[in-house]
Amino acid sequence: MSMEPDAQGIPEPEGAANLIETEYEIGQDNIESSLGPFGFDVHNPVFLVSGLSIVGFVILTLALQDQAGAVFNGLRGWLTASLDWFFLGAANIFVLFCFFLILSPFGKVRIGGRDATPDYSYAGWFAMLFAAGMGIGLMFFGVSEPISHFNSSLGGTTFEGGVRTDWAPLGAAANDPKAAAELGMAATIFHWGLHPWAIYAVVALALALFSYNKGLPLTMRSVFYPIFGEKIWGWPGHVIDILAVFATLFGLATSLGFGAEQANAGLELLFGIPNNDVSKVVLILAITGVALISVYRGLDGGVKILSEINMGLAAALLLFVIVVGPTLAIVTGFLDNLIAYVTLLPALSNPIGRADTNFSQGWTSFYWAWWISWSPFVGMFIARVSRGRSVREFVVCVLLIPSLVCVFWMTAFGGTAITQIVQDGVTSVADAPLELKLFKMLAEMPFAGLTSLLGIVLVIVFFVTSSDSGSLVIDTITAGGKVDAPMPQRVFWCTFEGLVAIALLLGGGLGALQAMAVSTGFPFAVVLLLACYATYKGLADEPR
Amino acid sequence: MFQRAVVPIDLKHAENLKKARAAAIDLAAHYGAEVRYVGVTSALPGALAHTPDEFEAKLKQLAEDDAAGKGVAVSAQVIVSHDPTADLEKSLLDAIRAADADLVVMGTHVPNLGDGFWSSNGALIARHAPVSVFLIRAV
Repeated sequence: MSMEPDAQGIPEPEGAANLIETEYEIGQDNIESSLGPFGFDVHNPVFLVSGLSIVGFVILTLALQDQAGAVFNGLRGWLTASLDWFFLGAANIFVLFCFFLILSPFGKVRIGGRDATPDYSYAGWFAMLFAAGMGIGLMFFGVSEPISHFNSSLGGTTFEGGVRTDWAPLGAAANDPKAAAELGMAATIFHWGLHPWAIYAVVALALALFSYNKGLPLTMRSVFYPIFGEKIWGWPGHVIDILAVFATLFGLATSLGFGAEQANAGLELLFGIPNNDVSKVVLILAITGVALISVYRGLDGGVKILSEINMGLAAALLLFVIVVGPTLAIVTGFLDNLIAYVTLLPALSNPIGRADTNFSQGWTSFYWAWWISWSPFVGMFIARVSRGRSVREFVVCVLLIPSLVCVFWMTAFGGTAITQIVQDGVTSVADAPLELKLFKMLAEMPFAGLTSLLGIVLVIVFFVTSSDSGSLVIDTITAGGKVDAPMPQRVFWCTFEGLVAIALLLGGGLGALQAMAVSTGFPFAVVLLLACYATYKGLADEPR
Repeated sequence: MFQRAVVPIDLKHAENLKKARAAAIDLAAHYGAEVRYVGVTSALPGALAHTPDEFEAKLKQLAEDDAAGKGVAVSAQVIVSHDPTADLEKSLLDAIRAADADLVVMGTHVPNLGDGFWSSNGALIARHAPVSVFLIRAV
């Protein structure tokens, strides 16, 4: 009887694929034991370093709430201002790499081996990748971002000492509502279209390839095998995995912060629940509780079901806005906005010599850093559920289709709000703070109470689907790529995601959340650029 | 009395399941029953195997080694789950029904404080399986 995992004779995945031969055994660096009655199985030192730092971070931020805010805001400003060229340039490379994958012969490679068949139907797969990938942001920014860009563009450019002080994208569109609307929509779609999804696709494909086809554990470090070789099992690998954990936690916490902010604002509007820290903390705790149930029920019994409910509700709200709102404007706007997006894409994505520094640093740079900090989480989640798809099918489905859905979503929500302002002279949407704009837009339509409630429910369900899938991902990374680690670990991470969001919200508000997302996004962007090269190398010796 | 026994096996902890495995084979020899070892894994590379096929080969080997010289017919079945941690009991119950088993022999740990929050796998199987379940403590 041989219970020792044997290194030789690794069977092939289904059909031809090219396994990497390594002496490393998954779980060899793990500590498996139990703490009281609760068993655990974690990677040393990835779990210890990331777990202890996060606990320390939460305690410190809560203890120094007053000082923390200033530090975080300074950090965010400095990073997005001095590294904007890097974030913009890197994101462009990811988009180009994805198009290369679609068009090149690599597109034929199948994830999981040549004869692998998909684990999930298109509907279930798409629901999960969309709910994990965009989530709360679509609710928070669907109305608020197009309106912000529309307003700042309409205001034209302002200068102070030769430096642009307005927040308008590109050259603005002073006193020209039509051009301002076009610019606002194009700029918003730019932030929600090809670039974020290319970032996700790069990470997801790299992880899926090295895990399902090459037989390496499902963690970030495996992607770097073609670059670092056996060294990835040592400190270079530990650092990559720890960075991935940080990026995921802070990226998620940022979204949870946005979600809490918006849900609270909506609840105040509908039911008069006070909008303060106590409500937000209670909200985050309650939602984390639901997420705990979801992680306990697992990928199929919890996350997938919630994602599908989520998609159903989002589709219902979208349909309502289209039918009750300015239907014709939305349908024609879809094509107009798509054209505006494609036309303005080169200018908007240009990384150097930008005059619109407030826009390109404050919005674009922040977004790219935020998406990048989300990418290990969304990427790993997409990778896990994407077995059996070909590379071409995978990239088309992760890059192009979600981008188009985002164009449509933004057109419906942003377009409706802009129509309200331009045609009906409504001012409530434009005057409202960011987190209330969605509800003010819905208030101009029939059944406002019902749709606002649906909006709040959606924010909360999106919140839960991000939190539960995030916990699964962090648990897998900190367990050295094991997907069957004991349940208490998931519970630990799910709980701490909520706590990080609370700590950051109390110690500096959304600014703090954004600062941490951007700070972890930067080192991870470097990791991702290397990942493109590694993926290229990995695909090159895969049978097609 | 029994024709088909299912023995859920956590390959990772096969050593702890020694008693359960021995009891299953002895019972099967006594009643002339067949024994099926059932394991649950994910399609992702894990600590024990890179693929479900490799996992199944190992499980089968374990079953054959255990039954060697006992005159008991053994087989192995691997259930591929998207999320083995969460779906374990459901997968096992499905396998028990599908195998048309009339006996389950299962290793389990000594109850502790944690079982107040999380029922052990053995306890859940005993509660929900449609057939007799023989739980055997690891120690």
